[in-house]
Amino acid sequence: MRKFKEFIIEKLILLCGLASIFFVILIFLFLLKEGLAVFKIATPLEFILGKSWYPISEPPRLGILPLILGSLLVTLGAAIISIPIGVACAVYIAEVAPLKTKEILKAGIELLAAIPSVVLGFIGMVTLVPWLKQIFHLPTGLTALSGSVMLAFMAMPTIVSIAEDALYSVPKSYKEGAFALGATQWQTIWRVMLPAASSGILAAVMLGIGRVIGETMAVMMITGNSAVIPHSILQPVRTLTATIAAEMGEAVVGSEHYFALFAIGIVLFVLSFAINVTADLFLHKKK
Amino acid sequence: MKRNPERTQKIAFFFLFLATLFIVVPVGLILVVIIQKGLPAINWQFLSDIPRQGMRAGGIFPAIVGTLYLVLGAIIFALPIGLMAAIYLSEYAKDNFLTRIIKLAIVNLAGVPSVVYGLFGLALFVIFFKFGASILAGSLTLGIMILPLIITASREALESVPYSFREVSWSLGASKWQTIRHIVLPNAIPGILTGTILGLGRAAGETAPILFTVAAFYLPRLPKSAFDQAMALPYHLYVISTQVPNVHEKIRYGTALVLLTMVLFMNLVAIVIRYKFRKKKKW
Repeated sequence: MRKFKEFIIEKLILLCGLASIFFVILIFLFLLKEGLAVFKIATPLEFILGKSWYPISEPPRLGILPLILGSLLVTLGAAIISIPIGVACAVYIAEVAPLKTKEILKAGIELLAAIPSVVLGFIGMVTLVPWLKQIFHLPTGLTALSGSVMLAFMAMPTIVSIAEDALYSVPKSYKEGAFALGATQWQTIWRVMLPAASSGILAAVMLGIGRVIGETMAVMMITGNSAVIPHSILQPVRTLTATIAAEMGEAVVGSEHYFALFAIGIVLFVLSFAINVTADLFLHKKK
Repeated sequence: MKRNPERTQKIAFFFLFLATLFIVVPVGLILVVIIQKGLPAINWQFLSDIPRQGMRAGGIFPAIVGTLYLVLGAIIFALPIGLMAAIYLSEYAKDNFLTRIIKLAIVNLAGVPSVVYGLFGLALFVIFFKFGASILAGSLTLGIMILPLIITASREALESVPYSFREVSWSLGASKWQTIRHIVLPNAIPGILTGTILGLGRAAGETAPILFTVAAFYLPRLPKSAFDQAMALPYHLYVISTQVPNVHEKIRYGTALVLLTMVLFMNLVAIVIRYKFRKKKKW
């Protein structure tokens, strides 16, 4: 009887072990189920490269190029801000800071990671947006740049913590070897530690960018939500994620608009899948 | 000019320090501003009353309750599955292709954008299972979203229990499951608790997954059942800061402060548990 009970429990455990695979497949299947119908009205090429997004005009025009470019622009801006600062902060925490400072800084970074995106979006709205409007004399402060700055803050905790782990996992002997040869601390960091941790740092950067592309609420609140092809970072843009979040509430279930929003979901899913798999490969290369 | 390594180091370290300040100072400022401007809004009425006058007055009680229900529902769903998945990975899984795929799936699940979880919840729970926009649909969506977090944290906790503990238990004739149940799990509980609380915090703060699965724009009463819609704090903050004009700044900051306090409190509890456990650890 006890053997039977254990048999059941072990099978249950195996089943739960497989749950993650099950859910990933389930998510993808349901996105496909609801999203693929859009390709009855628009070819995949028209959908991805179409320049106008008028989902409720008659007939609807479902080109997501402006949204893709909006996401790219915001992400690029956030990457330019967050990568150097994030990696530098990781180096400082891992290699330079004294033990006590280190603990405080790490707690600060964890704090930042814990702030909900809607709160960061709100703070961006009441502080950053009016500042940018004033500094650049813009008609509105709701721009791609505001999104980039706020998103940079959301990417940084990811970048810092993973890059820091990568630096820690460099064998101690590397560092000792460099010191023994008379290198200064900075020379050791620059010539030995950073190259040795490079694949982990690369993974950190990719995961940070993945976080930015998928971010929704903050972006929706501060980038101005205009679905046109952006020409400058000081213009309002609309990202892929914000489009789904802003429009799904009004889309009629089963309409072209509804299908198109799910198709955007497919694009986002595939994108995040690609980023995560690649980052995972880099992380494993390290070992 | 000859390069002076000492000076280069000083300059380099200065810039590293500057970069760190660049992250930490804004975090501090954000907290200070929200506390300073939000605190005057906080009183008993704000916390215990329903929103009035189109959310421009009154309190945020239904949103607080809604968020608590959602978070509770998410954890009831995610903790058993997540914990068992972690037990599988740490105690049963061999180093083979299947395990590799499971780990990859967890990484991917963690990386799926939150709004895509919202779409998925809409398609599966709201429409396919016909739950409608409801606490049940929202909780399940949030539950799947925090699953990877719970699995990863629990697995780390289980794996940090020394292997010799298991060997001793087996040598005394205990079966594999008995060993897990009576030896490994009790020793891993603080770590599992930490992960669970962090999951709670994450679920409480997310907005995008609940947008189309549960969140009510304005519902000035408490939800009656799991199939009822509910207000939720993060969505409420979004609504009063972008969708409703002329809401007093105080109410917005107050709502942000309540949400932030809830999330940070959970994180703080998790950090304290982890810290105490580390100090007490006997191996």
